[in-house]
Amino acid sequence: MTAPQLIQITPAPKVKLIALVGPPNCGKSTLFNRLTGLRQKVGNYPGVTVEQKLGRMQIPGGATEIVDLPGVTSFAGRSDDERVTVDVLNGKMRGLRQPDAVLLVLDATAIDRHLSLAAPVLALGLPTMVVLNFVDELEARGGAIDPAGLSAKLGVPVQLISAKLGQGLDRVRAFIAEIPKPEQDLDLPGLHDVPLRRRWASNTATIAGFRRPVKSIWTPRLDRIALHPYIGPLLFIVILTAVFQSISVLATPLQDFCETAIHASGTWIASVLPPSVFRSLLTEGVWPGVGSVLSFLPQILILFLFIGILEDSGYMTRAAVIADRTMSRFGLQGKAFIPLLSAYACAIPAIMATRTIEDKRDRLATILIAPFMTCSARLPVYTMIIAAFIPERPILGPLLGTRAAAMLGLYLLGFVGALGTAFLLKSTVLRSKPTTFMMEMPPYRWPLFRGLLFRLVDRGKAFVYRAGTIILVVTVVLWLLANFPLHNGQFSPIESSYAGMLGKTIEPFIRPLGFNWKIGVGLVTSLAAREVIIGTLGTLYGIEGTAGQPGGLAAALQRDITPGGAAALVVFFAFAMQCFSTLAVVRRETGSWKWPAIQFAYMTFVAYVSAWGTFALVTAIYH
Amino acid sequence: MSPVQTRTLADLRRGESARLLPLCLDGDLAHSVMEAGFVPGTIVTMIHSAPWGGPHIYRLDGAEIALRRDLAGSLHVEELAAGES
Repeated sequence: MTAPQLIQITPAPKVKLIALVGPPNCGKSTLFNRLTGLRQKVGNYPGVTVEQKLGRMQIPGGATEIVDLPGVTSFAGRSDDERVTVDVLNGKMRGLRQPDAVLLVLDATAIDRHLSLAAPVLALGLPTMVVLNFVDELEARGGAIDPAGLSAKLGVPVQLISAKLGQGLDRVRAFIAEIPKPEQDLDLPGLHDVPLRRRWASNTATIAGFRRPVKSIWTPRLDRIALHPYIGPLLFIVILTAVFQSISVLATPLQDFCETAIHASGTWIASVLPPSVFRSLLTEGVWPGVGSVLSFLPQILILFLFIGILEDSGYMTRAAVIADRTMSRFGLQGKAFIPLLSAYACAIPAIMATRTIEDKRDRLATILIAPFMTCSARLPVYTMIIAAFIPERPILGPLLGTRAAAMLGLYLLGFVGALGTAFLLKSTVLRSKPTTFMMEMPPYRWPLFRGLLFRLVDRGKAFVYRAGTIILVVTVVLWLLANFPLHNGQFSPIESSYAGMLGKTIEPFIRPLGFNWKIGVGLVTSLAAREVIIGTLGTLYGIEGTAGQPGGLAAALQRDITPGGAAALVVFFAFAMQCFSTLAVVRRETGSWKWPAIQFAYMTFVAYVSAWGTFALVTAIYH
Repeated sequence: MSPVQTRTLADLRRGESARLLPLCLDGDLAHSVMEAGFVPGTIVTMIHSAPWGGPHIYRLDGAEIALRRDLAGSLHVEELAAGES
């Protein structure tokens, strides 16, 4: 309804809040995207790892906010997702008012089961519309439902929609524009009697003329391949290899391009600004620091594009089933394999990708072990040390040389660190019943372009905000440490700066590892990003332009630290949590500083002890 | 009910169906299992088993649900009467 011009001077209308509730795979997010477009923001609910998705929509009744609640099958409150849903709907969630109305989104092809969620939703007494999605699939496969009959039985409006095709959404918008008063006096089954509630759902569906659609012919056919005893695992490996191969093929040139662009723009800024403290901060601190993190953006977007395709098509669930047996040996579950593989690129998208793991403990365990995987920021450090200390000799003829073997060994070390930690966590603090792995297999569906696009925009924004803002702060702090105090109005050389002093202060602690104070300074500055240690050491050893002449730095290191110290350094980097951006993302995802603090302390401890052992061992061999 | 004699969901061969007996699980787990559709009396068919001892996938009430074998092994079932499906 369009409001007449006359009533424009009414007081500012209160912004309505509408909650989207539904089970997983009901197309809730597609509807959310349809209703809100790109006017979305993503945050976390206080204290839990559940994501809060809020969107705005413009309708004749004024601005309206929509909250997309996590997919739940029950209101029993056993998972964080369920607790968040119940709290939001009851108006008990901190920072969010009680919704004015509920859109209960159900899969029209399975409402005889999914209606059991309607009982606790309707019992809330909030104005509710039952939105039955996938009506196009229902009709195409010969199913039927009478929305008027269902509406009469439930006492609330019922609307058939196809969120994919955009059908039936006008009526949903009209409901939001003019929320009707709910009818009361419904006879609903209780929350805790599951069998009764399921019987009620099934009977209600029958009364409303529900005819279950015939099974899609493609899903069983594809499952015969995807879950085949031999072809299934093979297909799994082929798909994963293809995904990660294409990430490296597609992302590497884009990443190089980003780095070049950042470097060129930094040089340009340096050339146009007059020399000042500000220019130095901008071009030597902020630009390279933030740039090194932003250059991961292409890789992250491509990774999330593939994750999106795998998830929206339904293959991800099959892949999780196939990987589950292997992952369960380490106390993890099948869905952890994607985050862990992603962590080979960068721990940040990996940690963001753990959202697909519903079990809170399993998700936390995956978040905590992901930074052990050998991320690409460790590679420059490994490459430099290996080039400086390991002479290239063939081991397996031309196939494997000493340097490649050392690199492989370091990859393996990270992997062992991750799985060992997973085992430790899952057998102690994060122990969960080994039996909670239950997954409904969704039918295969074509991924929607819109859905993938929204996901990329969402993930890209999250990455830039979360990693970009923290790295900005960290680079400014580190720049201050590396250039101050001033001497006669000039920046200090790094050895007499605060960073230098810090390096010398920690020298007694790192001497048992074979490190000197220069390495100590590098360990401090590498908290911005691991590869920063190379630039720092380059400066400390008086070598300009590390990219151009790595040989110079390698030679300087050979003179200054022993082979034992070098081995200890790579082992330290394999295990240490030298990445503030990752810690910041872990904080965002887990909702407090508790877990990142534990993670930092644990990883530093493991790194220190392993580096100490390595130094002692290698030194003993060389004497 | 004699636990020695009863079969469990984990014992079903591919394509075989059986009826769920009352659950012998602790409260929370029983609740989650029932929310997923494993309500006593339901007819369950095993349709896939993941390789190397991985989860089994069962069909019930039109849904397909993957369960780890250890959990499937704690859900007891009885044979269907002749002619039931």
